Amino acid sequence: MSNTVKSPWVIHYDGSSCNGCDIEVLACLTPLYDVERFGIINTGNPKHADIFLVTGSVNEQNKNVVKQIYDQMPEPKVVAAIGICACTGGIFSECYNVLGGVDKVIPVDCYIPGCAARPEAIIDGVVKALGVLEQKRLAMKQGGNTPAAAEEEKEA
Amino acid sequence: MSLIAFLILFPLLVALILLVAKQDGIRDIIVKVAALVIAAASIVLSVTYFKSGGETFAVHNELISHAMLVIEVFIGVVIFYLGIKYKKYLASLLALIQTPLMVWFELAVGKNIEVINNMYIDRLSIIMILIIGIIGTLICVYALGYMKDFHHHNHDMKDRRPWFFFLMFLFLGAMFGLVTSNNMMWLFFFWEITTLCSFFLIGYTKTPEAIRNSFRALILNLTGGLGFALAIVSAGVYYGVLDLDVIISAGAMGYNVSLVVTLLVFAGLTKAAQMPFSSWLLGAMVAPTPTSALLHSSTMVKAGVFLIIKLAPAMGWGTLAGTLAMLVGGITFVLTSCAAISQSNAKRVLAYSTIANLGLIVACGGIGTAEAVWAGIFLIIFHAIAKSLMFLCVGTTEHQIGSRDIEDMDGIFEKLPHIAKYMVIGICGMFLAPFGMLVSKWAAMKSFVDSGTPIMALLIVFGSAVTLFFWAKWLGKVLAVVAKTDNIEANVPKIEGGVLGTLAFLVVLACLTFPVISSSIVLPYLEAVFGNIDGLALTQNNMIIMVLMVALVILLLVIFFGKTKKRIVPIYLAGVNEGDDRTYIGSMDKDVQFTLRNWYMDNWFGENKMMAAGYVSTLVVIFWIMAIVVGGVL
Amino acid sequence: MSTTVIMIISAVLYVVIAPFLGGFLGGLDRKISARMQGRVGPSVLQPFYDVGKLLEKESITVNRFQDFYVVCFLIFIIITGALFFAGLDLLLVIFTLTLASMFLVVASYSSNSPYAQVGAERELLQMMAYEPMVLFTAIGFYLVCGSFSVMDIIRYDGLPAVAVMPLIFVGFLYILTIKFRKSPFDLSMSHHAHQELVKGMSVEFSGRTLAAMEVAHWYENVFLLGMVFLFFINGTLLSVIIGVVVCLLTYFLEVLIDNCAARMKWQFALRSSWLVALVLGFVNLMVLYYL
Repeated sequence: MSNTVKSPWVIHYDGSSCNGCDIEVLACLTPLYDVERFGIINTGNPKHADIFLVTGSVNEQNKNVVKQIYDQMPEPKVVAAIGICACTGGIFSECYNVLGGVDKVIPVDCYIPGCAARPEAIIDGVVKALGVLEQKRLAMKQGGNTPAAAEEEKEA
Repeated sequence: MSLIAFLILFPLLVALILLVAKQDGIRDIIVKVAALVIAAASIVLSVTYFKSGGETFAVHNELISHAMLVIEVFIGVVIFYLGIKYKKYLASLLALIQTPLMVWFELAVGKNIEVINNMYIDRLSIIMILIIGIIGTLICVYALGYMKDFHHHNHDMKDRRPWFFFLMFLFLGAMFGLVTSNNMMWLFFFWEITTLCSFFLIGYTKTPEAIRNSFRALILNLTGGLGFALAIVSAGVYYGVLDLDVIISAGAMGYNVSLVVTLLVFAGLTKAAQMPFSSWLLGAMVAPTPTSALLHSSTMVKAGVFLIIKLAPAMGWGTLAGTLAMLVGGITFVLTSCAAISQSNAKRVLAYSTIANLGLIVACGGIGTAEAVWAGIFLIIFHAIAKSLMFLCVGTTEHQIGSRDIEDMDGIFEKLPHIAKYMVIGICGMFLAPFGMLVSKWAAMKSFVDSGTPIMALLIVFGSAVTLFFWAKWLGKVLAVVAKTDNIEANVPKIEGGVLGTLAFLVVLACLTFPVISSSIVLPYLEAVFGNIDGLALTQNNMIIMVLMVALVILLLVIFFGKTKKRIVPIYLAGVNEGDDRTYIGSMDKDVQFTLRNWYMDNWFGENKMMAAGYVSTLVVIFWIMAIVVGGVL
Repeated sequence: MSTTVIMIISAVLYVVIAPFLGGFLGGLDRKISARMQGRVGPSVLQPFYDVGKLLEKESITVNRFQDFYVVCFLIFIIITGALFFAGLDLLLVIFTLTLASMFLVVASYSSNSPYAQVGAERELLQMMAYEPMVLFTAIGFYLVCGSFSVMDIIRYDGLPAVAVMPLIFVGFLYILTIKFRKSPFDLSMSHHAHQELVKGMSVEFSGRTLAAMEVAHWYENVFLLGMVFLFFINGTLLSVIIGVVVCLLTYFLEVLIDNCAARMKWQFALRSSWLVALVLGFVNLMVLYYL
């Protein structure tokens, strides 16, 4: 296992969740679930984070926020959509202001359904996401180029 | 000797020419040439006397003494008249006491006292002459550009530049005389001329505020001058001696000359703007910046500490004068450093820091050991260079961004990249190891601990902590990189940039060569004055480590500074950063522009609080010491 | 062996060993903290994993200058510790530490980020808060052992310094909480989860830069424990053992305090540190002066 997998730092953003999933995310950090066992730390700062946890759907108001948090995270990074709203928009998907799931704005690597998603499911999902993270790290190492830098080059 | 005479008289001559030269072009040339000549002459002089370490000169000439007396009377009359004219009767009163006193003394007592050596030069004077000759003239050259801008910015003000440059050069001449006079009457004469120059330069703009502040400076300095006059009278009347070196060596050998020494220290305290006389130096900040740089940071106030450092062998813990200097200097150091925290006006911060550093030097002089004097001399050197650089940087910045407030220096690192870097050099030179001042502060700390009283340790420990805070927050402000700021440096007059660059270079040079300065000039001076010197604070090894660290920092800067292959991204703003790093979309979908402000902690370190505490405590000390001294004589 | 050789060897040993020791202590800290909170906690090697990961991250920065300052912070922290373990002048060591810390502060200022700047200001405030006590400590050693040189202090064969300056030792422990960035004084940046300043000073550091800062903290912590050690050493083997044990106990105490205390306001940090310096530091100094 590489260091990247052993030390995933997360940032948690609440899109337009009912706070159900948020509470479950935070529950993961409590002594009962203790995700710090896996080296997971909740950073609250995209520049330090490896995993982006989004709860709730994306709407007109927050789509730029979500996008910017994602952009500000250094590669390699993965996104986990937590709860059904973050996955597809859930029961809010038909609302006039809701765009849908997080994948409407940024690429999502791991979908964790549930209403609310249970801590066990969240932990399991994050561990799955770690697999993706490791692949991205290897790709980055081989490619030598970060995806973002590659994008810039393409634009130029 | 002829060189010294040249250094005193040549600036005077230049001053007189400048008084009549009204055209910019002619003035530019005269000032530049004169600056070059004076700087060259002071270097030649220092090289000449470097080997021998100095000489004394008899220079017996009745005529000089009489001329000085006549000029002194004239000065007295001028002050008296101005005091009446501007209704500052206290100034008139002081002139009324002092001038007749000196005339009486000279005619009744002074003429019977044979002064062995009227003039002298030693390594301390060499250092002072180099400072005056190089830093002083650089500031004069800087003033050429600055004053042009100054009158450009202030149309309604009468352009009195010939008068301004007359005073600047007159002042340089007086300073050269001050640091080479051994006859106390002569010393006093030059002392009073610097007071007068300072008075006119502070009042240069003739605004009500300037006039008020210039008189405050005059009155406080005349008070000190009165102390000086009394010192001369008592030396003449009680001991029949007017040689400064005789007084000092008598004091060092344990004879009781505390009345004279204490009065001289008192005069030094006023000139060095120590509490409770500090207010004049703050008021002096209304003057154009070159004045502040020349008089109120790097040279004139140094006259006060120069005198106190000279007197150091006759002081120490246990002597009255020593206790006076130590306590007043120490208290001033701590409290003005605290007050500097609460200031956002850059010139006021510099003023407070100047007073604080002078306090440190005064305290070093008061401790009176070889290691303390070592620290004091290095404080003088580093402070003179770094502070003049800082003042001039602020002056240039003020003309470019239209404010001298530190809070308005946002983004200066991009706006004025060179000036900002010079400023950083100046700031680092003022407080940060391994640059400049910290070397001397280190030595000062050791000598404070060795001074024989824990109070001094207490004062320097807290003073240092506070100093760190107010410089570092300014440093941070200058170094903050505000994205998308335009570079406006092209507007800076070339001459100003050149002088600033030279000064910045001198700061770095001094940091790199201070062990050499120490072993070649300062240590021999201390040996000559104190006999054997054992256990200096900084061993040669420590000095070398400091220099290596400076070199390392420079090396790192040269190789790596500002170079990066990394992708540059916007900062995180907990809201959508709009890309300019200064605006984000707030929670109500509104653009929010943020501004960053420093801490001033007025409740903790407010100016008035610190001043009140300082005035009370220093006044208590001064009255206490004076009471004992006068009581001992009567 | 000549003194110079010993000096060089111990400085080199510090440079090589300190990061491992510091990282390991950091891991222990997290493990012990977890246990105090009834959790399992991460591996004791977790800090190494963290740094390893940071080294593999993409290189981004907010301007051309910031990372330079952070690297200088690391370099000068290493120099600080090396000078200390080489047995040089204690004041020199303290001033070098100040220089290093100043680089970190400047790095934060340089980003012009609101969070980083508030963090930097608080860091300066903390420096102002602890500086008097640190200097009193150095002065105390000087008065007891007659020299500022760490070498002389170690070789001093009287009673260990702590016996005559117990108050200074307690005062030093107090400000050590600030230096270790533990609650109640983790104002400027915190190793813990969210705080009101996002991450305070380190908010704009990422990847390698952040790793450099972490490693610098490891070096710094080992150096600080070295200062604690200095209170107990008097040239004998027994004193060395006692010193090491006390260092570990001190570290445990700091972890304990960290877990017991909430973050305090800056007013409290400044007022209490200065009070401690005045009451404990200065009183102890008076005793040393006059007895």
